[in-house]
Amino acid sequence: MRKLQYAVIFVVAISLCLGAVIGSGCGPAQQFTIGISQLVTHAALDAISDGFKDGLAEEGYVEGENVEFIEYNAHYDMPTNQIIAGILIGMNPDLILGITTPSTQALAQAQQNAGTSIPIVFGALTDPVAAGLMDDPEHPGGYITGVHDLGPIEQHVELMFEFLPNITTIGTIYNPGEANSVFQIAILQDICDTEGLTLVEASVSTSADVLAAAQSLIGRCDVIYIVTDNTAVSGLPAIVGVCEDNDIPLFIGDITSVEGGAIASIGPSFYSMGVTVGKIAARILEGENPGDIAVTSGEPTLLVVNTAAADRMGVTIPQSVLDRADEIITE
Amino acid sequence: MLLNITSITFEQGLAYALLALGVYLSFRTLDFPDLTVDGSFPLGGAVAAVLIFGGGSPLVATLAAVGAGLLAGIGTGLLNTKLRINPLLSGILMMIGLYSINLVIMGRANISLLRVDTLFDNLAHVFGVSTSPTLVILSLAVLVPIVIIILTWFLHTNIGLAIRATGDNAQMIRGLGADTDKTKIIGLSMSNGLVALSGALVAQDQGFADVGMGIGMIIIGLASVIIGESLFRRKAMSWILLSVVGGSIVYRLFVAVALRLGMPPGMLKLITALLVIAVLAAPRFRGTWERLSRWKGRNHA
Repeated sequence: MRKLQYAVIFVVAISLCLGAVIGSGCGPAQQFTIGISQLVTHAALDAISDGFKDGLAEEGYVEGENVEFIEYNAHYDMPTNQIIAGILIGMNPDLILGITTPSTQALAQAQQNAGTSIPIVFGALTDPVAAGLMDDPEHPGGYITGVHDLGPIEQHVELMFEFLPNITTIGTIYNPGEANSVFQIAILQDICDTEGLTLVEASVSTSADVLAAAQSLIGRCDVIYIVTDNTAVSGLPAIVGVCEDNDIPLFIGDITSVEGGAIASIGPSFYSMGVTVGKIAARILEGENPGDIAVTSGEPTLLVVNTAAADRMGVTIPQSVLDRADEIITE
Repeated sequence: MLLNITSITFEQGLAYALLALGVYLSFRTLDFPDLTVDGSFPLGGAVAAVLIFGGGSPLVATLAAVGAGLLAGIGTGLLNTKLRINPLLSGILMMIGLYSINLVIMGRANISLLRVDTLFDNLAHVFGVSTSPTLVILSLAVLVPIVIIILTWFLHTNIGLAIRATGDNAQMIRGLGADTDKTKIIGLSMSNGLVALSGALVAQDQGFADVGMGIGMIIIGLASVIIGESLFRRKAMSWILLSVVGGSIVYRLFVAVALRLGMPPGMLKLITALLVIAVLAAPRFRGTWERLSRWKGRNHA
């Protein structure tokens, strides 16, 4: 009799447990914690964060249901960036997203110090090899992978030629303290050498320097082209102001900034890059090894044109460009 | 090109001159090393930007920015006088706290003023011209001397003299019955009010306010004050204040020249520093040069 009682209790207990597990719903029943470290707030980086969450949601990882995001923004303060990395690694989440090179580098360093192996994915990072995060982007082999944002700079220069076939000098503004910018400027310099163009550079170290840098380019270049430099892009309104006042055509490396007043750009939207990172994150959460996931670029590549900006800068948009454009901004 | 450099130099030199005047008031007059500046400068920019972006009158917004700066200075003053916190630390604490406050005020790290009417745009409308760097320079060239006149007058009033005495020898005037707590608070408040005004005007000139725009401003303010003092040695208060403005303009000149020299971009800061050193060291070498010329002359005779 006793044995039967125990057997019944045992079976009931097991059933209750199974019931709870099944009852909590199909799909990922586990609760996931995902950390996000963003260096600074501007439209392109915010778009990565939004895309990331949406990409995860598309794969079934929804905020508030089975995912909790812990987000920090360093507001371009490097010491704070380090502290954030330490905090996030210390929390031992299931995955961490680093937005920009310095944020990801800090996370990688904090991970090394802590000796943990939390998967890290990155966005808004231009060259993971130069950032010291991996040797082979095709097979990262560690705990870090992601989506790089190196825009098609050659296509940007071709686009500038399409608008203005007679340009001889390109002016640019960037922060030599940003590794991603230095990398892109080197590429730009190569292209200029090949095409017989002169590149005039103005450097900045904080957003307060951007106005003076833009003004120093007046009369020294035919167009201004800005790479994905966080400092220069933070001061974009100042650059746009100078370009509009002096009829200097302004082109830029990321399509999100075209809305801010640049004439045109080609590239993946930062939002779609974020979505791709989100899907990579989902694969990792499902058990795939981050070291086996190759670093990819964002898809699809869009041509975005701002007709109002072109007007304000005294530039006519070639019909061929308008016909091809994926998105035309008119305000 | 010369015109371009002159334009940049005066536009930024005058806008940041108010910052330099504020720094002069705290560092030299009050003898208080006030680092609040790195926080009150963007505070001025943030308050002005948020109000203008929200549709408010730029004039009111700029005045509100000054008010915010006054409050920031009072904060630093209270930390030092009532809580007995070291002057340097009081400024640092306010600067750190203001960083978060600025973010809260703006709601985000960066506000664009490109498509809204700023104080300079309004002035342009009044005079029926278009907003241009020349207009900015002219309006600042009117504003800055007015500020100097007001400041000079103030520093000769009883309170102003008390503030100057506090910086000279606080113990002495306390012995004479003055309330140095009050003078410090008033002095710091005015200093940061000026700095915030500068921040508000710079934000409207450059077309955006950014939470990081204050980083290093104390350095620039100090450099302006010291360059001014070294180049234009004057005793009278109004001349001293003018020399501070001159120092700000000269500093901006060096930055503009360094940018145009086309050096490797990473070298910009070093070039600027070297130019400043060269100008400050020149008076020393003038003496050596004269001696050398006399020696040569004697030998040839």
